This record gives sequence, structure tokens and C-alpha cells, in this order.
Amino acid sequence: MVENDRWGMLLAHLVLILGVAVVVFPVYVAIIASTHAPGTFLQGVMPLLPGSHGWENYRTIIFEGRSNAGAPPIGSMLWNSFVMAMMIAVGKIAISLLSAFAIVYFRFPGRIFFFWIIFVTLMLPVEVRIVPTYQVVANLHMLNTYAGLSIPLIASATATFLFRQFFMTVPEEMLEAARVDGAGPWKFFKDILVPLSVTNIAAMFVIMFIYGWNQYLWPLLITTDDSYYTIVMGIQRMVTGADSEPLWHLVMATVVLAALPPILVILFMQRLFVKGLTETEK
Amino acid sequence: MQTKRMTFTSRWLPYVLLAPQVIITLIFFVWPASQALWQSMLRQDPFGLRTTFVWFRNFERLFADPNYLASMKTTAIFAVGTTLLSLSLSLLFAVMVNRMIRSRDLYTTFLVWPYAVAPAVAGVLWWFIFNPSVGILPYMLEMLGYDWNHRLHAGDAMALVILAAAWKQISYNFLFFLAGLQSIPQSLIEAAAIDGAGRTKRFWTIIFPLLSPTTFFLMVVNIVYAMFDTFGVIHATTAGGPAQATNILVYKVYRDGFIGNNLGSSAAQSVILMGIVIVLTVVQFRWIERRVNY
Amino acid sequence: MFKHSLLAATALALVAPAAASAQTEIQWWHAMGGRLGELVEEIAANFNASQSDYVIVPSFRGTYAETMNGAIAAFRAGEQPAIVQVFEVGTGTMMAAEGAVYPIYQLMADHHANFDQAAYLPAVVGYYTDPDGNMLSFPFNSSTPILYYNKDIFANAGLDPNTPPRTWAEMESMSRQIISSGAASCGFTTRWPSWVQLENFLAWHNLPLGTLQNGFAGFDTELVLNQQAPLIRHWENLARWQSEGVFSWAGGGAGPDAGPKFYSGECAMMMESSAGRAGVLSNATFDVGYGMMPYYDDVAGAPQNSIIGGATLWVLSGHSDAEYEGVARFFEFLSQPEQQAWWHQNTGYLPITQAAYELTREQGYYAANPGADISIQQMNLNPPTENSRGLRFGNFVQIRDVISEEMEAMITGAETAQQAADNVVSRGDALLRDFQAAMQ
Repeated sequence: MVENDRWGMLLAHLVLILGVAVVVFPVYVAIIASTHAPGTFLQGVMPLLPGSHGWENYRTIIFEGRSNAGAPPIGSMLWNSFVMAMMIAVGKIAISLLSAFAIVYFRFPGRIFFFWIIFVTLMLPVEVRIVPTYQVVANLHMLNTYAGLSIPLIASATATFLFRQFFMTVPEEMLEAARVDGAGPWKFFKDILVPLSVTNIAAMFVIMFIYGWNQYLWPLLITTDDSYYTIVMGIQRMVTGADSEPLWHLVMATVVLAALPPILVILFMQRLFVKGLTETEK
Repeated sequence: MQTKRMTFTSRWLPYVLLAPQVIITLIFFVWPASQALWQSMLRQDPFGLRTTFVWFRNFERLFADPNYLASMKTTAIFAVGTTLLSLSLSLLFAVMVNRMIRSRDLYTTFLVWPYAVAPAVAGVLWWFIFNPSVGILPYMLEMLGYDWNHRLHAGDAMALVILAAAWKQISYNFLFFLAGLQSIPQSLIEAAAIDGAGRTKRFWTIIFPLLSPTTFFLMVVNIVYAMFDTFGVIHATTAGGPAQATNILVYKVYRDGFIGNNLGSSAAQSVILMGIVIVLTVVQFRWIERRVNY
Repeated sequence: MFKHSLLAATALALVAPAAASAQTEIQWWHAMGGRLGELVEEIAANFNASQSDYVIVPSFRGTYAETMNGAIAAFRAGEQPAIVQVFEVGTGTMMAAEGAVYPIYQLMADHHANFDQAAYLPAVVGYYTDPDGNMLSFPFNSSTPILYYNKDIFANAGLDPNTPPRTWAEMESMSRQIISSGAASCGFTTRWPSWVQLENFLAWHNLPLGTLQNGFAGFDTELVLNQQAPLIRHWENLARWQSEGVFSWAGGGAGPDAGPKFYSGECAMMMESSAGRAGVLSNATFDVGYGMMPYYDDVAGAPQNSIIGGATLWVLSGHSDAEYEGVARFFEFLSQPEQQAWWHQNTGYLPITQAAYELTREQGYYAANPGADISIQQMNLNPPTENSRGLRFGNFVQIRDVISEEMEAMITGAETAQQAADNVVSRGDALLRDFQAAMQ
């Protein structure tokens, strides 16, 4: 029996409350800042209590967008971010399931070779190879398309890697049983492997949705048509204009709106996400 | 590399299954990477109108450039700082949350969601909070007698980017630590308690060693994150300044290549980074292979 | 339901670009965010409404550096816009890119446009002409640094709110009076440290930054700023003033914290682009005064004239004749005194033609907005010399980064002013040699 001392618990709560405060603080500041009048931040120290311009600021950003902040209306940017994030998440999961299945459940010539081609890309961020990748996308005439926004980012191998790790832990008996029943590879994949991977797929979905939603430099580079601007890039746009101060109240309102969808995704899928993520690691 | 003991056999199916991923990888990774390799041996004007082949001159110059070596050091400090700060905080939170019963889910929820905030957005938030003139934190620090100015003081700037980068990573580390803690058999801990080991002693002699596989995994992940995934944080807060004090390697590739138009040098830097990434990947992969094998 | 709207939106996104009628579309990439971006869109819309053959499509591409380099990357991939806005420090790089740019004087002649180079202000055009005096790019938004000051703080400190400092000696003594009276905790701050405290400082004192007419006469130019005693003295002063509170460093590059320092009343004065006027007026809750840049009165030839910053429009090659025809019409439109005067009055950028300046005066704008013409007076104070015509160095975007870094090191006291200037020269010369080598 482990002792359960009262002071220890109190201390633990204290540490956690402090920790949560630190973690929440930046976003709290964003929310507060989004409720103040334009000049408030530039005239002294930023207030810590909500102001009275919240409604006005959000209305401006949602309905007027472009005219005041150097960015197109927020609705279309949110939509683009959503499409991009969905395409990346779904695309990545689809191709990764297939390739992980091939690598784990088949033996074929060139297997090691393909394995390394895929895995070398595991951690290489797009920022490092951005200029040549841009040229490839331009040569394929994929600038200003959803395909150009998402497909090059599907090329990383993180998901394949995690699915491979998970497939390795699937008991051998599953396959034996399937073969006894006369199931072919496709049937085994569809009826057994995919249903078994549901939590992993969910975790992957959360990770990849957030990854796609949060892209900045890539959309900045390959979109010139403002009907393809994404929200994160829109925020940076609002912050960096030549010869003008950023309109911080509107920037912060946009920050709050931009952070909302991925936070909702993570909160709604928290259980699956946590389970999928940590199970794969074990 | 292992597979299942028992496998399917098909002459064509595995290739079809692999095709989408391999094609995308070849077009959007292998091809651009080889382009970078080629470009790293060229000297070009920005528009690509005049090109000279210069062999390894770009690499030689990089390693002779004190700024590049300084950037390597900066990257090392930044990566280690971010990893340490983020790991220790998340471990602390995980240990504390693990002791809770009713409030566990509530705390977890609060600690998990910063994972969803974009690095570029996090950068803007921290820029705002730490702005030497209007930010709230410099104001509080000033009341404590500390003159915060990350525009001028390299140390302040480094602290700022480490804090901003570590903040983003706390959620992820926390989840893994919590899962690691929950998988430690309760019996082991109780046995130690019966032997009279106090809370602190139990932590260092039993829990921490048992967590070491998780810690190692997270260390690699965090170092990779700090080295490569923090572009948005740096870009929005310090832009590499003051006097290059926070100019980490990835940011330097961007600055030299995309802002400075020095494509040869930037490509050479990309090639070096790719080398580092591949080494880290192999290290991590070997380690995970070993763990799966036992 | 959801699925349907998704499909519909995707279909719409695919079809929309093609649906844009038979007019010739002309892509225009620019770096004007915020309020200025709005005005750019307005000017494009006005042009589009004024005729029916061409449509100018403005696209905001981020900071100046991002815009320029985005266009260069696009050029390498064959996806360049017809018009790109490039800031003044990119001029050297753009000019050297023969074959990639379509010089304005040629474009206007090829398309029989109404174009008289003599109508433009010499100080503006001088920065953007080739050695034969031909205009290579279209000056769209030019500005020059001036002094903004907080009249309320001046009054509280017992200074005359209508007399800004003229010399650096006055700048220092007034700052000290402001600090000791408690009216503010800092005398002055600066945006764009390299542009204001180096490039313009030297032009204003008629001193060279580099050899060969500041790079105008050839690629083998070398930096000589470390040999200019008044500059070294000025930088030494800045470092000392920083530690005494007279001056407050607001960051390298654009000096992003200068605005907040000035608006919050922390600093009584700010040196900033004349184009910052609209932003200053909308953010300041106090009475704003304007003055010329201060100078050292013991330096012979000071004050000379200030040089410009801001950006010009470059035309990139590789487009159809019809598009270039449209570009020529657009530039004619932009040159009209009415358009110029409107742009000048709304943004604080300089009028680029004599006629636009006259028109603005006739409209009574300067009488109603005292201080709005300080920038023009300062630019036209004296006919430009070799030292004050402008700068033409390759790789200057990077050299500016170097300058920023070395100034930071000097301000923190890590280097003396002379060391910082020497380092700028040695590191800057290496970049100039790189550029020269790449040009051969």
C-alpha cells in the first residue's frame, strides 16, 4: 500500500494548476487581446482583462476580412486549411496503410530498397528541401491547386512507420486463421487489419490533420491566388506588411479562430488519440 | 529487417500497394533532394541565368565560415535546451497527474491541447507576450528588477525561443510519459514502499529507470523537433537575431537561400541537414527495431 | 448534404480561374499588407474599371524580401508574374539580371506609351536608372526617413513643441532634458537601422558608403563606410546613448519595436519612413510633429539630401506582348498626376512626378497637413551627388543583414563602433565578390 499523504497531493495539485496556467497563458492572452480596440497594445502594457471590442473585432474578421487586415475573408481561408488538412490526413493514412501492409505481410525482391527509400524521408521537413520541391511542383503545374498544397506533404513516412510498428504487434495467429478460412490478402487487409487499426488510424488522423492545418511556409510559397490562402499563412500575412503596424486586435481574433478547429479535433478525439499514439510506441 | 513469420505471396500485389507512396516519395522527395545535391556544387546568380560548376567550394566555404560553425553551436544549445526543458516539465506533470484519480482526465485535457496550436501561431503569441515595449512578461520581469530585451541580449533571445519551442512540445511528451508511468506494475512500487523507500527515492531508483526507454525515444523526437520543426517559432519571434544568436541551421537554410538568394550555399546546407536527419533516423530506427525484437 | 457542399466547393475552385472572361490578365505581386494593401487593391480596381482590355490582379506576397525572392523562385520555375514590386535594396540584383527583366524605358517605347522620363523627380528616378540614364523600373512607392516626435512630451519637458531638433547635438540635449524632466524614459528610437542610421546618414552627410559611386559604376565596388569618421562617431554615440537611455534600439531589420516604443510614450522621437505617416497618425494618441533627419553641423556638406527607400515595379520577361501592352497602359495610368497625388496623400509615399507634387500643393493638402511635405523638401534639399544618388550593390539584402547584426553587436557593447564597421566591410566585401563572381 502506497501512502497517500495530504500535503503531497496538495503540492501535486498546486504544481499542476501552475503548469496548466503556464500552458494556457499564451492562448489566454490571445483571447484577451482579441477583445480590445485597435491601439490598446501599442500604447503601453497589454491588459489582462477582456475589453469591450470583442464582438466588433470578430465581426470585422469574419465578414470584412480583406479590407482591414490584408487578408481575404476568413471563411475561405478556414475552408482552404480544412481541405488541405483533410487531404493530407486522409491521403497519408491511405497510402501508409497500403505500403505498411506490403512491407510487413509480403516478402518480395527489392523490399529492403523500397523500405529505405520511404524511411529516409521519415523526419525530413519540407523546409529543408523547399526550393527544389517548389520547382518540381511548378513544373507539374500544381501551383495554386489543392493538390500542390497537399500531395508533396504526404510524402513523409511518419504514418507508414507507425502503421508498420503496429502491424508488427498483430498476433501471427490472425493471419494463420485468415488463411485457414481461405481469405486472400485484400480480404485480410480490409476485414481484419484495418478494423484492428482503428485507434491508430484515429491517432494518425489527429496528428496529420493538425500537421496539415498548421503548415505555414509551404502554402506561402506555392499559392499566389488569394482564393487558396490558408489561415495560418493568413495570420503571418497580417503580421508582416511593409511600412505598417500589424492590426493586433484582428490578428489575435484570427489566431483564436485559427486555433479552434484543431483544438476541437484534439478534444473530441482525445481518448482515441492518446490510446493510438501511446499504444504504437509500446 | 523482419517481417511476419508467415506472409502472403504475390508477384505483383506488393508493388501495387507500395506504388502510391513510392511514386510520391520519388517525385517530391528523392528528385528534389538530388536537385539540392546537384545545386550544392554550383554557383548561380539568383535568376539561374549563369551557372558555374564549382565542385565542393560551397561546402569548403561553409566549414570555413565562423557564422556557420556558430549556427551549429546555436542549434546544439537550442536543441538541448528545448529538449531538457520540455522533457523535465512534462515528466513532472505526468508524475503528478498519475497520482490523481478523479481529476486525471481534466488535467490531461488541459495539458494536451497546445499540441494543436501551429508553431507559426505560437511564435506570434510569444512575440506578443515578450515584446520588450508592450509585452506583459517583460513588464513583470521589470518589476522583479530584470531588464528583459531579447532584441539586444542573446541570452534573452535564446531563452525566448527555447521557451516557445518547449511549450509546444509539452503535450506530446506528457502523453508518452503518462502512458509509460501507467505501464509500470503497481506491485514494484508497493514492494519498494514496504521496504521503506520514500517517494523521491522510489522515483529515482525504480520509476525513472523503468521510464528510460520512453525517455530515450522522446529525446530523439524532441531533438529532431527542435532542429527541424521550429522554423515557424524562430521566424515569428526573433528571426534568428540578435546578431544571429538564434539562427539555427534550418532557419539559416531559409535565410541564405530564400532571402539571401545564395542558392549554392543554401543547397549545401540542405545536404548537410539531410545527412544529419538520416543519421538520426537510423539511430532511432535501430533502437526501435531492437525493442521490437526482444 | 455536407458531401454535396464539399463537391460543389471543389468544383467551383477548379472552374473559377478559367471563368475570368477574355480580358488579358496581368499578375502583380506586391508586399503591401494592412492598410496599404487595401490601397493597392483600390488602385488596381480603378485601373480595371477605367478600361476593358486588361485586368490587373494584385497579389500580396509577404514581406519585401519574400515577395522578391518568391518572384525569383517563380522565374526559375517559369511561373513569374508580369509585375513584381521590389524594394530598393534589391535593385542591384534585379538590374544585373539581364534577360530576366524587361527594362521600363524599353517597354514603354516598344508599346508607344506616353512616357517622359523628365517628368519624374530626379531624386527618385536617379536610384533606378542605368549608367546611360535610362529608367529600368517604375518607381511606385518611394519614401525617405524623417523624424517624428511627440509634441505632448516636448511640452511636458519644457521644450518648444514646434521646434524639432535640427542637429544631433540638439537631439542629444533635448533627449536629456526630456529624460531628466521625467516626460519620457527614452529620447529617440529608430526603425530600419541600416537604412536610417547608415545609408541615409552617409548620404545626408555627403559621404560614400562604397567605391565606384556607391556601386553605380561597376560590380567591382568595395565598401568604404569604415573610413568615414563622422559615421564612426555617430555609431559610438548610438552605443553610448543606448546605455544612457537617450536612444533605444528597437531591433534589427525593420526595427519592429520602434512603433510600440513611440506610440506608448516610452520614446519621445522616432526616425521612420515618411510612409509610416498614416500608421503613426492612426496609432498615436498625442500630437505628432515632423522634422528632417538631424545632422552633425561640423561635417562639411551636411545636410546634403536624403536617399529613398520603398520599392519599384519591375517587369519580368517571358510574357505575351498583349500582357506587356497592358503593363504599359497600367504604368501610364499610375503616372497620371491625379493617381499619383491620391496615392501620395493617402500613403505618405513620395509623389514621383513634379506634376503630382504641384497638384497636391494646389489642392491645399500640404497647408492642411503640415509636415507632409518634409520628406519632399528633404529629398530635394540639394541636387544629388555621387554619394547621395542612391546605392547599387549586389547581394545588398544580405549585406543589410550583416549591417544589422554588426550594429546589434555594437549597441550591446560586444564590439566598438570601429570594429563593427570594419566587420561590415570585410563581410560585405566578401558578399560583393560573390555577386561579382556569379555575374561573370
